[in-house]
Amino acid sequence: MNGFMNWIEQRIPLTRVANMHAIQYPAPINMNFWYVFGFLSTLVLVNQIVTGVWLTMNFVPSAEGAFASVEYIMREVDYGWLIRYMHSTGASAFFIVVYLHMFRGMIYGSYQKPRELLWVFGMLIYLALMAEAFMGYVLPWGQMSYWGAQVIVSLFGAIPVIGPDLVVWIQGDYVISGATLNRFFALHVIALPLVIVILVFLHIIALHEVGSNNPDGVAIKHKKGSLSEEEKTKYEIHEYYTSKYDIADDVVPFFPHIVLKDLVAFTVFLAGFCYVLFFAPEMGGKFLEHPNFEIANPLKTPEHIFPVWYFTPFYAILKAVPDKLFGVLAMFGAIAALFALPWIDRGNVRSWRYRSGLHKYNILVFAVVFVFLGYLGGTPQENWKIVASQIATLMYFGFFGLLFIYSKNEKTKPVPARIPK
Amino acid sequence: MKKLVLALALLLPSLAFAAGSSVPLDKANYDLTDKTSLQRGARIFMNYCLGCHQQQYQRYSKTFEDLGIPADIGQEYLQFTGEKVTDYITSPMPQEAAATWFGAPPPDLTLVARVRGADWLYTYLRTFYVDPTKTFGVNNLVFPNVGMPHVLEELQGTPRIYHEEALVDGETVKRYAGIKADSNGVMNEEEYDQAILDLVNYLEYTGEPTRLESEAIGRGALIFVLIFFIFAYLLKKEYWRGLK
Repeated sequence: MNGFMNWIEQRIPLTRVANMHAIQYPAPINMNFWYVFGFLSTLVLVNQIVTGVWLTMNFVPSAEGAFASVEYIMREVDYGWLIRYMHSTGASAFFIVVYLHMFRGMIYGSYQKPRELLWVFGMLIYLALMAEAFMGYVLPWGQMSYWGAQVIVSLFGAIPVIGPDLVVWIQGDYVISGATLNRFFALHVIALPLVIVILVFLHIIALHEVGSNNPDGVAIKHKKGSLSEEEKTKYEIHEYYTSKYDIADDVVPFFPHIVLKDLVAFTVFLAGFCYVLFFAPEMGGKFLEHPNFEIANPLKTPEHIFPVWYFTPFYAILKAVPDKLFGVLAMFGAIAALFALPWIDRGNVRSWRYRSGLHKYNILVFAVVFVFLGYLGGTPQENWKIVASQIATLMYFGFFGLLFIYSKNEKTKPVPARIPK
Repeated sequence: MKKLVLALALLLPSLAFAAGSSVPLDKANYDLTDKTSLQRGARIFMNYCLGCHQQQYQRYSKTFEDLGIPADIGQEYLQFTGEKVTDYITSPMPQEAAATWFGAPPPDLTLVARVRGADWLYTYLRTFYVDPTKTFGVNNLVFPNVGMPHVLEELQGTPRIYHEEALVDGETVKRYAGIKADSNGVMNEEEYDQAILDLVNYLEYTGEPTRLESEAIGRGALIFVLIFFIFAYLLKKEYWRGLK
């Protein structure tokens, strides 16, 4: 066996990579439950790819065949319903874990120096994921697929000069049609998954280069020669890290310690996932919307058109602005602001544990506002909601504005040099 | 772009049409495990609905199998136009022609329960009432101005709407007081409600034929996950003993 492994190792660095990125990767010992969502999103990604492959085996990407083929999968393919529900539930689960993962990054300052690129890669994944989810949502060719696509694609029409032509170019037709469905299928099953997988790879490479952050935001890597032997970790850490830094006695190896922790989190996640999957796959019309069980009909608009729940905060921002172009700009601005977070936050204390009360308050309000915007964007329009969504939009951007201002000279608590026991 | 504008303009009337009503929906206590109810529902569907509406995503054979109806009996009593038992449940009425006759093609009913919900269907099918101003002589409370005749009238009897005078904020207003059928139907009110519940049960089944199977597997899966959790938790605890 050893001989075989050596034979492999001389040709491809299998053991070395496993050691460097898992078995001997130093992970902070104080990582709490907020740190499981990266692992969970990777698993959901795998779920989406595997179930997606099986769905394509029977899905017919045409305006005439798409809807019927989904019902064929639901009724006549062995366990087709299970594969389809795993995929549809997985889509929503993906956004749940990704939103929690992003929120973790915000509260513990995981985007701050030196993790700016790591954050940007994460945001790129999020962006690609939104495109992926949007196009996937069009494929079953239900009423919401069709009219949701109509609304979202028409947003590009707001761009001056090239807008209308751009819409036609995206649709491949003058209206959303089979041609649109066909190209969305291509992008959904090949182009975007490929992009996402590559970005996830880069995200992990960048993570392992700068190291994992932790709830205290305290470094575990210290300048070479700055720690005494007692202060260094007793675990065998890969020389890739130890050759450059002294690794403090604040770490555990990723495998098995963190993996086991993730495994426990995974079972808890799986319980919730299975519950929705087997007992409430529509999730009250949030994960699978009722009008989408009706085949797309260009001559009949649904009573209310909403995007799926994970887009509704941005949809509320779009609707809050009376002008279409500025609405679109505000919506993209809301995402762009997140991209710029590492540079908007000018503080040098990472975790909110050691930052000002104002900062904690700011983040919590931001979270509440985001959820509230989601509610506003996902329920029928009413008069009070117009003003409410305008205020919420201002508060959304207010988070970044405030952060930029106070973070420069923020009153923070002293950060310990080592992770507190 | 012009096409889109045109489409939207054409849509405006149907938008008003779809605006719906505010009648409170009655709760449909359907039971997917009640095979006889499902069978009765299937019989009503094949006899009264299938003339116009299809279930083009569902096969007769699957329905018979899931509802515990032997294929030969199903073919004899539930298939009327000589299809094979493996055929999809389609209507003999040409759908394009139906669109001209009724203003819109009769919607496919395979998934109607997932679009409208069981309560909506249950209430809708029980709130037709005589309205001589309408093409088919009936209107509906849940779906005002619906372009569908009351095909179940021979079961229910002729349904009439009743109003009562009531004092609201110092003004006398006429308000809806209920629907009562003349006793010229085959069924009394209770029997009719049960028949509709059977039909809704059947439509709920065709909307998602795998519902019961899904829940059975789900229970097993959750038990497995729970046991797995215990072992995962203990293993994690073992490795983290003494740390922190």
